Parts: sequence; C-alpha cells; structure tokens
Amino acid sequence: MKNQIQLVLKDNIFDVQGEKIEGSALSFLNIKTGKIKTGKIFNITYDLSKEDIQKFANLGLKDEIIHDVYINSFYKNSFYKSFILVSKLPGVTDDEGVSAQKTLNDILDLSLDTNTQHIFTDDIYLIEKQLPNDTLRTLAEKLLGNKLIHHFEYGKFTGKIEYIPEVRIEQNNESETIDLNVTDDELLKISKDRLLSLNLEEMKAIQSYFSDEKVKEIRKANGLPENPTDCELEVLAQTWSEHCKHKEFAAMIHYKNLETGEEEIIDSLFKTYIRKSTEIIRERLKKAGNNWLLKIFTDNAGVVKINDESVFVWKVETHNSPSAIDPYGGAITGILGNNRDPLGTGIGGGKLLFNTNVLCFGPPDYNKELLPGQLHPKRIFEGVRHGIEDGGNKSGIPTVNGSIIFDDRYSGKPLVYCGTGGVMPYKFAGVNSWEKPIDDGDLIIMAGGRVGKDGIHGATFSSAEIDEHSPQSAVQIGSPITQKLLSDFMQEAVKQGLIKCSTDNGAGGLSSSVGELAQISGGAEILLGKVPLKYANLKPWEIFVSESQERMTFVVEEDKKEALFELAKEREVELSDIGKFTSTGFIDVRYDNEKVILLEMDFLHNGVPRKYMKAEWKKPELSEPELPSNLDYNEILLKLMGSYNICSRENVIRQYDHEVKGKTIIKPLMGENGKSPQDAAVMRLNFDSFEGIAISNGICPKFGDIDAYEMSAGAFDEAIRQIISVGGKFPDINDKTNRFWTVNDNFCVPDSAFDEENNPNGKQKLAKLVQMNKALFDMSVFYNIPMTSGKDSMKNDFKAGKVKISVPPTILYSMVAKLSDVRKTITSNFKAKVDLIYILGKTYNELGASEFYKLFDKLGANVPKVRKENAKRLYEKLIKANEQNLIESCHDLSDGGMVVAVCESAIGTEFGVELDVSEYKDLSLNAILFSETHSRFVVSIKPEKKGKFEKLLKEDCMLIGKVTSDKKMKINFKEECVFDVEIEKLQRAWEKGLT
Amino acid sequence: MNKVKALIITGYGINCEEEMAAAYRLAGAEEEIVHLNDIFLGKCSIHDYDILNFPGGFSFGDDLGSGKVLSNKMKFKKLKSGKLFFDDIKDFLSEGKFILGVCNGFQFLVKMGLLPNTNGKFEQEVTLTGNNSGKFEDRWVYCKLNENSKNPFLKGIDKIYLPVRHGEGKLIIKNERIKNEILEKNLNCLTYCDKEGKKTSEYPMNPNGSELNCAGLTDETGRVFGLMPHPEAFLSLYNHPNWSQMKRNDPKISEDGEGLKIFKNIVEYILRKDAKNAK
Repeated sequence: MKNQIQLVLKDNIFDVQGEKIEGSALSFLNIKTGKIKTGKIFNITYDLSKEDIQKFANLGLKDEIIHDVYINSFYKNSFYKSFILVSKLPGVTDDEGVSAQKTLNDILDLSLDTNTQHIFTDDIYLIEKQLPNDTLRTLAEKLLGNKLIHHFEYGKFTGKIEYIPEVRIEQNNESETIDLNVTDDELLKISKDRLLSLNLEEMKAIQSYFSDEKVKEIRKANGLPENPTDCELEVLAQTWSEHCKHKEFAAMIHYKNLETGEEEIIDSLFKTYIRKSTEIIRERLKKAGNNWLLKIFTDNAGVVKINDESVFVWKVETHNSPSAIDPYGGAITGILGNNRDPLGTGIGGGKLLFNTNVLCFGPPDYNKELLPGQLHPKRIFEGVRHGIEDGGNKSGIPTVNGSIIFDDRYSGKPLVYCGTGGVMPYKFAGVNSWEKPIDDGDLIIMAGGRVGKDGIHGATFSSAEIDEHSPQSAVQIGSPITQKLLSDFMQEAVKQGLIKCSTDNGAGGLSSSVGELAQISGGAEILLGKVPLKYANLKPWEIFVSESQERMTFVVEEDKKEALFELAKEREVELSDIGKFTSTGFIDVRYDNEKVILLEMDFLHNGVPRKYMKAEWKKPELSEPELPSNLDYNEILLKLMGSYNICSRENVIRQYDHEVKGKTIIKPLMGENGKSPQDAAVMRLNFDSFEGIAISNGICPKFGDIDAYEMSAGAFDEAIRQIISVGGKFPDINDKTNRFWTVNDNFCVPDSAFDEENNPNGKQKLAKLVQMNKALFDMSVFYNIPMTSGKDSMKNDFKAGKVKISVPPTILYSMVAKLSDVRKTITSNFKAKVDLIYILGKTYNELGASEFYKLFDKLGANVPKVRKENAKRLYEKLIKANEQNLIESCHDLSDGGMVVAVCESAIGTEFGVELDVSEYKDLSLNAILFSETHSRFVVSIKPEKKGKFEKLLKEDCMLIGKVTSDKKMKINFKEECVFDVEIEKLQRAWEKGLT
Repeated sequence: MNKVKALIITGYGINCEEEMAAAYRLAGAEEEIVHLNDIFLGKCSIHDYDILNFPGGFSFGDDLGSGKVLSNKMKFKKLKSGKLFFDDIKDFLSEGKFILGVCNGFQFLVKMGLLPNTNGKFEQEVTLTGNNSGKFEDRWVYCKLNENSKNPFLKGIDKIYLPVRHGEGKLIIKNERIKNEILEKNLNCLTYCDKEGKKTSEYPMNPNGSELNCAGLTDETGRVFGLMPHPEAFLSLYNHPNWSQMKRNDPKISEDGEGLKIFKNIVEYILRKDAKNAK
C-alpha cells in the first residue's frame, strides 16, 4: 500500500446517492439503515511524494465546493455505527481509477503509465444504524454490488482499509498439449473440464483431424506436437461454438406435423428461410435495377444504400446470459459490443446514429423463491436499465426506441436485445465503405482496450445453460469512454484512408476476429507476445480467446502504419502490431518463438460436423374461456392501463438520452407535456435535408403459446404497422429513390435439441422455431422487406439442480425504413377537439393471449392471425391518405386492443373522447374493446376531410366517435354507456404501473 | 463581409459537437470542430476564432465528477509553446472574445473557474453536481431570462423551452457572498420556470434542484455563458416534442427551433461589434 485518498461530501451537502440507497434498502430489502453517507476512496500504488499526493488530492480529485478530502486517513464520525466497503475484484474494469491516473499526469505534468491499473477506487458507505453482519452482507450483495465482481467489507469501521485488487498470477504462460488418443468418455471429459462446450461428434472430428497422416507430417515439419495444443483446442471450441457457427440454424431438421402427418426435411433454417427470402428480394431489386441491398449476412452488420453519398448500416444483438448474472455489466457490454458491429462493418468507422433496446424480464413483483444464482427480476430490470443508460448516454448515442415485456418465464434468463444503426459515407478515400478487401501481407493491428482474463469462454458460455457454477470470468464491465475514444479515432483514420478495413473483437476475441478476417486473404500469422496485457502471465490461449472489451482489429497496409500509429498516439488510443495476413491456407499463431497453433483454415471454419435435429408439431388443445357477464369496464380499463405490459415506460425513457445528436424527430414520448406514447421512432439523417428513417420493433411472444407461426407473423406485422403509422411508405421494387426497408431478425429460444432426459419436449420447441421461420419467410417475400442481418440465441434456459426456467420462444423483428421527408410524419396523440376518430382494419374475435384475458389468468384459443393481403391493402390506402395530408394522428393497435390504443392517443393531450361502438357486427363487446387483432390503427382526422377520407379508405375504416374537450373517455354500446372515466385517472393508473 | 468564426472543441468523450457545429452553420457563421489535443499540439490556435465553444457530452465518462478530468486538463496542461492553455484562454477573453459552454461544457467552465468568476480571479466558486432526483434526466424544461442580464446570447428571448439531458446539473454555490454577487450582478441569466414563466424549484420543472433555480450563468462581461439545457438540440421546429400539434394549430409556424436564436444572436452581435470596431 502506498497512498490512500478519500473524498466525502461536506456535512452540509445533501448526499443524494446516500438518500437514494436508504430508500432502496427499505423498498427492495425492507432494511432500515438510517442515514447513509457515501464516500470514494482512491488507493494509489504509484510511487509519489507527499507533496504530489497533496496536490493530486486537492487539485485533481476534490471538488472544493462539495468535498472534504482525507489523505492516508479516513472520515470518521460516531454517528455512523456500521460501514460497507465495495471494492472491485482483481481485473474488474475500474474506469474511475484510470481517469484518475490520467488526471494525475495532467496535474503534475508526469508521464506515468496509464495503460495498466495503478489507482484502484472503492466506494464506502457509512450507515447510521448498527446492523448485524448478515444484514450488511445482504445490503452489499443485493443492493450495492455483485459478489461476482466486487469484494465487500462490512461491520464497524476500524479506520483501516487494506484490500487492493492488484492482479497477481503465478508464472505459467506455457502452452500444453492435450492427448486426444483416448476413449469417447475421456474426449467428453476433456470438453467438459476445459469448458469447451463441444459434443462427442465434434471432439471426434478434431481427433480425426489430428490423426490424419498429412496433418501429422505438416505439424512435424513445423515443430508442433502430434496432439493439439491447448490453444488449438480453444480456438476450435470458440470457432465451432453455437454462438459463432449457428449450428442449430445450420442443422438438417426433420420436421413432422403430427396433425396432418406431413413430413419434410429442412436443410438449414438459415439458408431455407432467412437467407432465401432476402435473396429473392435482392433478385427482384436487381432485375428492376434498384438494388439498394449492398451487403447482407457476410459482415458484422448489413448495409443498405441511402443515396449516392451515404449508406446505412445496422445490427441488433442479444446479451442474455451475461445480463442474467450481472445485469449492469451484461447490458453495458451488450450495448457497447453491439455498437462495434456497425463500427466494424466494411472499412469501418461509421457514425453511430441511434440505439434501440428491447427487454424481456420476469415481473417486478415476482414472488417465487429465488434459485441459487438467480437474481430477482426487479434487480435485473434496474441493472440492465442502468447499463443501457451508461452504454448509450456516455457514448453520445441516443436510445430512441424500445420495448419492455414482462412474463414469468423470463425470470431465469432475461432477454436483452441491443440494436445500433449508423451511417457511413458511400466511399472512404475513394473506396466503397462497405467492402472488406484484405491481401497477403496486410498487417493485423489491434486497437483499444488491453487484454485480460475477461470473458474467457464467453462465446461458449452463452451457448450453454447457466448454472450456479458459471465461471466468474464471464462477467465484464464495459468502458464507454475507452470505446468513445476508439470510435472517434476510427472516424478520423478511415477518412484519411489509413485503415484498409476493420472488425470488432467480440465473442471469441482475437481468435474469432482474426480467424474470420483471415478467410478473406486465406491465412494469418499472429504473434501473441505482442498483444498488450492488462497484467502479466496470461497463458497464450487465454490471450487469444480473451473477450476483453472495447477492442477492434484493423487491417492496415505497411505504408500506412506510421501515420496510423501517430494519429492513435495523439488520440490516446493504444495500437499494437500483432502479425499479418497471409495466403498460406493456415492460421499460424506463435508465442515468443514457439508455434502454438497451426490449423488449416478450411478445417477451422468448415470442419464442424453438421447437426441433425428432430421437430414434431402438435396443436395444443385450447379453448376460449367463459368470463363473468357483469364486468365493470371502467375498473378493467384502469387495471389494463396499469398492467406491466401496457403501463408507461416514462421513468426508463427519461433516463436514456434519446435526443443527443439533435436528430430525433419522433421521440418515445411526445405531446405538450411529453407524455404521449408513440409507435416507431423517427430520426433525420443530417441537418441539411429532411431525409430520415423510421425505426420500429415488433415482438409478441405471448401469442406463441397458441401458435408460433402467427406469433412470428404478428411480430413482423407489428414492426411494419408501426412504421406505416408514423407515415412510412412501402418498399417498391420499381422505386428509384433507394426507399429501403431493412430487418434484423433476432431469435431467442429455449433449448430446442431433443434429449429424452434433459429436454423431453425439445421436438415441440424446435417445431415452434421452424414455424417462426416459415412466417418470417412468408412475410418478408410478400412485402419485399429483407433481412439484412440477424442473430439467434438458442439456449435461453436457467438451470439450478433439477429446476429449469425456460424463456418462451421469442422473435424480435427490428425494422428501419427510409423516409423522404420527416416533416410529413404523424404522431399518435390527438391534435384538436371535434376531430373524428376512426378504427382502420377489421376487428376479429381474437382475444387469445390478450392482455384482457390475462387479467382473468386465461389464455384462450383464438390467436390473432395476420391476414397479409388485407393488411397490405389497408396500409397502401393509409399511405395514400398521408400523401393527401388527411391524417392528424395515427396509433397502431397492439397490447390491450382498441380501448387501450384510443386511451393512449388521448393521454398527454388536453382532450377526451366520445365513442360509440355499436356499428361492429357479430362481435361481442369484449372482442370489440379488447381483441388484439393485428394490422389496425386508431386515427383522427379533421371533420372537413370526412368525405375524402372515407372515399379512400372505404370498407377498411369505421367511424367510432370524436375528440372532445372534456378530458373524459366515454364509450357507448347500443345506447348503453360502457365507459365513463376521466383520462387523468387512466393516465395516473398508466403512470403508476412500474413505480 | 467576414464571417464569424466559431471553434467547437471535441474529444475525450464530448459528443454534441456536430449539432453545435450545425447551429453555427445555420446561424451564418463559419464553424470548425477541432480535437482538444490538436490545440495542445499547436495545430490550431483559439485566437484564430471569435467564439470558443465547449459542447455537451460525457468527457472521461463523468469519472471523478462531471467535467472534472477535462477541466483539470484544460487548467493544468501546457501548449506545445510552453504556455498554459488556461492562460491562453484568459488572453482570448481579454481580446474581447466569447466562450459558450453547454451541459458538460458548462460543467468545465464552472470547474475551471471561468464562471461565474465574481472576483475576476478565475477560481472555482460554484459547482454542478448530482441531480436531486438521483437520476439522469432527459426532459424539456422552460427557462426564464433574467432581463437585467447583459448576456448577448439571450437577447430578445423572454422564455425558452429546451431539453435538459444530464445527471449532474444541480448548481451549488460556495458561500453567501458569492451567491449575493451572482444576484447583484445578474449573473444568473437563465432560470428554470413553469409554463407561465414563473421561477420554480418544483421538480420536474426544475429538473435538478439547482440553487437559485439556476439553469445558466454568465460572467460579469456577459461574454462567457454556460447553461445546462441544450439550445443546439432545438435547431429545428421538428425537435420540439409537440411539433405536430403546433403545426396543426399554426400551419405557418416557423420551421426554425427556438434554440437556434441563441446562436443567431451571438453571431449577429459579433458581426455588429466587428463592424463598429472597423469604423
């Protein structure tokens, strides 16, 4: 220990954080702490003089208006009877420590090393009440930190803190050889012990590669042992992981429909449905000479053409498993990692325009006993929300759109979908920005954060179920500032033509980023000894597969290296030259002078055995429920508005910066008081034109409990109708203006591989996945809306002992469509009294899985069906109505059905509504009000436009009432009043749902 | 006629430089975004510009308190010439030039002691720290102009509606003496208020619990101006959360955002001043 500096708030300064913790302790954990005083401790291991420490503390760290500073002593006050210290475990990101190191150099004009950790920060909480140790431990572990990443001390404060999380690793950086000439059982044991997640067939494929005589010869000539090194096994496990190779989406599937007896063989879900649909659309576009699909499926993110000057690039990913065990770290690394996808597409260095997040959690009032290792949904919610806040806000990327869904089955593994869109110029220094050329001799340059043990086995980890023994190294905390410096630097470097192309280092680290790029040139030579480390003594395989964050890999031509390194130095970005691309057909990795990997590229990338899977479909036996006949609709509506899946997300939305960059035109909440919820987000692309994009997300897993095909089709429709609702226009094969639509499909399903003992209903689950894919294909080719990128996450099960919590099969369609003029877009809130209110689209008796049924704990059987021909006809009419400026407000109908949508259009306005729904034929009142039939909207128009509007919409519209000035929701049915509630009351219920 | 030259600083986590640049471009100035390190390296001199701008962002991730690390850098780091950058800023001001800081930029200005600078010694007199809500807040707020303020940026504005997007915007003043000076000299040029323009400490109209309900400060010369709300995020009518209803109510409504006025004001002021000096 060298020096310690503590900052505490002066006693007269209100301790906001302390008070917040006091409140949370009481509301989350029912612990009365009394007053809490927070403080920050800096443990400094640099060798510094007494004067320098004084100067650093007083000038560099202290805010003299609010802080008292203690040097090598600590604030003490007998008023506080207990304390909790939260330190980071060795190797956990400590950005504050690093920033303190940088400011130390600035203040004292020094040039101390800031790339490794020498200042370690702790948080200290002084607590008024004298609390027993297990209460303090509960507070520490459940509120203040996470034992997977934090070290805690608690009790009565003695005035001494000795813990410093310096990383010390015993010298052991040698590579070992693993004998594969063993029995099948032993092969499996090797896979299990080393956390390789490889099955027997895969292990045997590796065994047989290494026993090939030709391979043996080459290895001998190159001085490598006959058996694989640990590095080789690890890189194979990474490359062959479900996460990287999508083995189940590539599998041969035998699908049997037990209803009809039909059977079919599906040769890869990905090829048959996802890629195929996009290829069909690309062919159509090519034929018409309007191909705006520039890049699909072959890079980190898809690319479409905006105009002759710019292209749009975007990707949606998931980060479910990490978010289950450390919600904050999981979400922030998820969002930052996803940012690096568009950033590392083509040449790379695009400007990131927006984030979107869709989250699925267990309900906040979850009251079942928590399994070992399971975190409470409320805690996961808050942690993930906070991670998204920091990941987006600190990077200066607005979080413009999202959705939160609650269901008991997400209580084990939450789903955390992170999406990011960006814009690249059409060309960088004369080269098409989305292309990725790599030639023999190009340098491999690693940029950004240093390498530590972080996330080792992350790719294989997310391909496996979580259990109470999940490895600690799976948890990482992102560093937005490191990435911001890196991405700013890239933008400058690509403009100057210094980077030939780039990719991100995500799952699988260097092994995966370089491994994938090497396919372009046909090989690579990597010198692991040149990779800069956070701390000494990592094993070669650990360096190669480490998932330390905020790193990119650049492909650089020798003659650009000097200029690139010079710029990097000026921008405080660390670069290292770690090898070169070759065309030898081998991936050749060395550590110092020893060869640790020599694998044929072809085997590495194509050697994984094909999976064969079985799917069986049988329709569930379901029926419509009987409900009481004397329902109090006012009360039902209040309950619906306050229910988890419908209520206001304002508290979350306002903590995300959703308008940095000044380009957000339709924000998540609009209207005079910023209260009215909207459908799709709208952004403009620059300040010199009004060209823009609409961004939407379609997701409705609940319908999958009745019919997975309709669920998937419904989600696709939801994403489309949100964009149509704000004024988007359909893609037109013959349109010459690059009016692109692009989708990221994102499947998150439970383990769907049949296993008699562990997964007896695997075949049914796989059948659902097949049906979801069929719907994707049907919708995509019908509308000419292509997938440009996507992701699948196949093992969303939380396991503890014999208990398993599996997510429902879930598909998210994230859509972006180009808009020619954002000024012509439509918001969802009513604009003026006496405007007429219409429902567009026919309503069916489709209450199955509705929010209304959920109030009675019923599922029902009548799932909403997508009637795409009818829907398209309506959408086209609505587009025409918008062209003629007929629409004042438009909101799509989804959770809760018609009444909820009308209510949402009134919330946040100075208006009410008066409706009469007697016109509906052959429908029960419940179905009229609460059916969740797809492809419908509530719109309002000026009364004088009635004739023109009805002539255009014809049978697809129904006048149901008007906007009033009395701020009430009144609905009549056959001369009977069914609703008469003040909007304000509904709004209060809606706003209270999640607080 | 010469154009006003605006220098917009970026780097180290600043992230609102592009909309700030757009603001000056739309206001008729010539704008340039420059990485702070290029100034330290002597590749660019602030003296070549009329107005120095510190945009919003999360410099150094708000570690050690918002704006703290970057203000240390600006206060203690030397230029290639050996001169302290901070002294260069003082010289820039003594040439009669202007400084604007928004959000994170405002936080640097107060932590460097450029605002409110009541005694002219460039010492830190106030701070901006954690909102009373304990949260980051993105919301639109009304701000009332102090009519006795000399601040040329706010000329002709009585009340303005702007987004705030910060976690640390609560102004705390070191002591009563400084508070009184701020009041006497009308340095609190912008105050959170309700829709009618009445000053308020009520959350969320005052989103952070600032002393004096302060949203923006100026120094005695009126040439240094810092504020928490983001005028550069309201350059167009279509940034307003209620633009669609406003357009319905007034189809002829201007497509300019109210925030743009602040940039037009300062550009016009500098032009007029230069024209006067030229005479």
